[in-house]
Amino acid sequence: MGHSEEYQKLEGRIFTKSFFILLSVVLLGFYFVGVRYVKGIGAVSNMSDGYPWGIWITYDVATGTAIACGGYAVAILVYIRNRMQYHPMIRSAILTSMFGYGLAGFSVMVDLGRPWNAYNFFIPSKWQANSAMFEVALCVMAYSTVLILEFLPAILTSIEKSKWERMNAIRNWLHPKIAPDKKTMEDKLEMVRLGAAWLNPRLNKVLIFFIVLGITLPTMHQSSLGSLLLIASTKLHPLWHTGFLPLLFLLNCVFIGYSIAILESIISSYSFKRPFEIEELSGLAGLIPFVTVIWLTVVIGDLSYRGQIHAALKGDFYSGWFMTEFLLVACGSLILFVKKCRRSARWLFISASMIVLGGALYRFNVYLIGFNPGQGWKYFPSFAEVMITVGIVALEILGYKVFVALFPVLPNMDLHGAHKKKGHAKKHKGAEKPLPQTEAHAH
Amino acid sequence: MKKTSRRDFLKLAGATGAGLLACGAGNALANEGLQVNNEELGMLYDATKCVGCKACMSACKRVNSDYGSLSYEKAKFDEDGLWDAPSDLSGSTRTLIKLFKESEKRWSYVKYSCMHCQKPSCVSVCPVSAMTKEKISGIVDYNKNTCIGCRYCQIACPYNIPKFQWEKAVPQIVKCDLCKATNLREKGITACAETCPAGAIKFGKRKDLLEEAHQRLKDAPDKYVAHVYGEHEGGGTNHLYLASMPFNKLGLPEIKPEAPAEFSEKIQHTIYKGFIAPVALYSTLCFIAVKNMKKHKGHDDDHQKGDK
Repeated sequence: MGHSEEYQKLEGRIFTKSFFILLSVVLLGFYFVGVRYVKGIGAVSNMSDGYPWGIWITYDVATGTAIACGGYAVAILVYIRNRMQYHPMIRSAILTSMFGYGLAGFSVMVDLGRPWNAYNFFIPSKWQANSAMFEVALCVMAYSTVLILEFLPAILTSIEKSKWERMNAIRNWLHPKIAPDKKTMEDKLEMVRLGAAWLNPRLNKVLIFFIVLGITLPTMHQSSLGSLLLIASTKLHPLWHTGFLPLLFLLNCVFIGYSIAILESIISSYSFKRPFEIEELSGLAGLIPFVTVIWLTVVIGDLSYRGQIHAALKGDFYSGWFMTEFLLVACGSLILFVKKCRRSARWLFISASMIVLGGALYRFNVYLIGFNPGQGWKYFPSFAEVMITVGIVALEILGYKVFVALFPVLPNMDLHGAHKKKGHAKKHKGAEKPLPQTEAHAH
Repeated sequence: MKKTSRRDFLKLAGATGAGLLACGAGNALANEGLQVNNEELGMLYDATKCVGCKACMSACKRVNSDYGSLSYEKAKFDEDGLWDAPSDLSGSTRTLIKLFKESEKRWSYVKYSCMHCQKPSCVSVCPVSAMTKEKISGIVDYNKNTCIGCRYCQIACPYNIPKFQWEKAVPQIVKCDLCKATNLREKGITACAETCPAGAIKFGKRKDLLEEAHQRLKDAPDKYVAHVYGEHEGGGTNHLYLASMPFNKLGLPEIKPEAPAEFSEKIQHTIYKGFIAPVALYSTLCFIAVKNMKKHKGHDDDHQKGDK
């Protein structure tokens, strides 16, 4: 039963000042979502027939899901590359992925003009396998479900152990006339607890197959996010329009995923005042340059193959954005080649941020900046449009904060401290992994 | 240990990369080839004959306003709303006449509407088959009852033809369907071609239109730019153009003969052929993950025995 102690809940209050600040941002965003449904998309956004995809698709879907690839990247590391020492990081990575993908799905529903017809995705006669969008949509829906399943053990474990304090507090707070009878409530809650206790070990047994599905699906749809723009051969600038878009997007999401896992860990250590997990982070950081170097090589190789190197060095608007994206990723990776930097939280933070920014900028370049539908079209997001995106991001952070307090998500500190000492002691012998525990086989 | 796993990782990354690279390279081999069907219906617009009366525009709106959800657009100066004055194709306008004026002597009208491609990008990208190409007539049609409003067709169309009703709470895509449900059904001809008083719009089968266009080029080579726009552009279109000025000046983009949809479909098909690659990936990963898991189980048991 050891594995649930691998994680712990975050002690402390949920309703802090930052909670209410985030909440008000979320509410403002949702006000504009309301306006969009009543008055049409044109009322809140600057999108046009020339730029039919604005920041909702570019940021929330194309970039947001890449940033939500922490779960994907860490899962590859733990389950495929067999590095169980990173297992403590996986729950928080999966949680952010869950929110990232869930909210990407939500913003698609805001963005779609006729969302009530979305059921057509489930009608085989309407399927259109030529469309990269069809593939992305089905994969993202499936992956969101898989993420919820992957996170379920955390919820089930905490239900199993729950003493229902909050529930009782709410019951006591309610007026006695409307409050449910104490006895019946306890009985029913006991049923829930038993249900969770029944489901948890069974889920754990098959979980590995969902985890692997959770690795396969992002491989498919992250590359398809690149394929989406293959068709825009006359509109997308030649710096970015290439047959390698699917491969570039796939590699891009992997290095963004590892970098975001580092950032996330550093930020949550900092803001929740926990010690930095330097040991794990520096290991993760050592992997990133391998992926980025492949990515950079493909970018350069492809440009020279298509004879577009001169366009990259031209110094115009497009080459400026290209160079920014390229140098951010390249310099961020260079830092990580230095061993000393890999062991410093500050340098890790700097380089991971550069790589995430560069990687995200690549996606912006493909979807918006390098996209030119012809003369006379311009796009810059409107205030309301930005606020909807900001509101969705705020909801993501809010959800993360609430979930880490309600469920055992973050690595257990006590156990973790022990890990580290053990790790140090065994470093010279150079082998054994500390506590090889996995969700799927712990009973 | 560390060394082996790094090597494993590189192997894995290399294999995935190589696989995808092969896909990219393989698309040159997997050329399915595009068959041009000259029996399909289309229109030939001759800009040198057009007098700019816009009768086609008003006929289009009169005939298709209910079925195609078209409406009149007011101009800024026209406070009483006396004229329909769209400034571009839009969510209320399927076809439009514009004047391009280079100098007092050199000018040309141009008509915009759906090109009805032989290999339409919009049909290729629509995830729910709301955009379709009719087998016999070749009409590129839109079904609002299936459309989810993702606007991928707008991204994909190289001519920027599909338009979205941005200002409506219940929006749809608007584009020409050759009067399929209205004038074509009732009278066998599109409303614009029927109305045109100058004979600038000719409706018919693609082969007849092409023949006619080349005949006109031959008869009056000085009058025209020696090119039938749409004959080869993007795999060929059923809406063809003749003009006295370079087509890119008239807002008709230069497009390579290969249909953009062929390029993207080749890559997508190579990756997902028979769904083999995803299934293979899943089973390989399952194999590795389960093996890793078992290894650890062994470790665990050893530990427990040791503890006892």
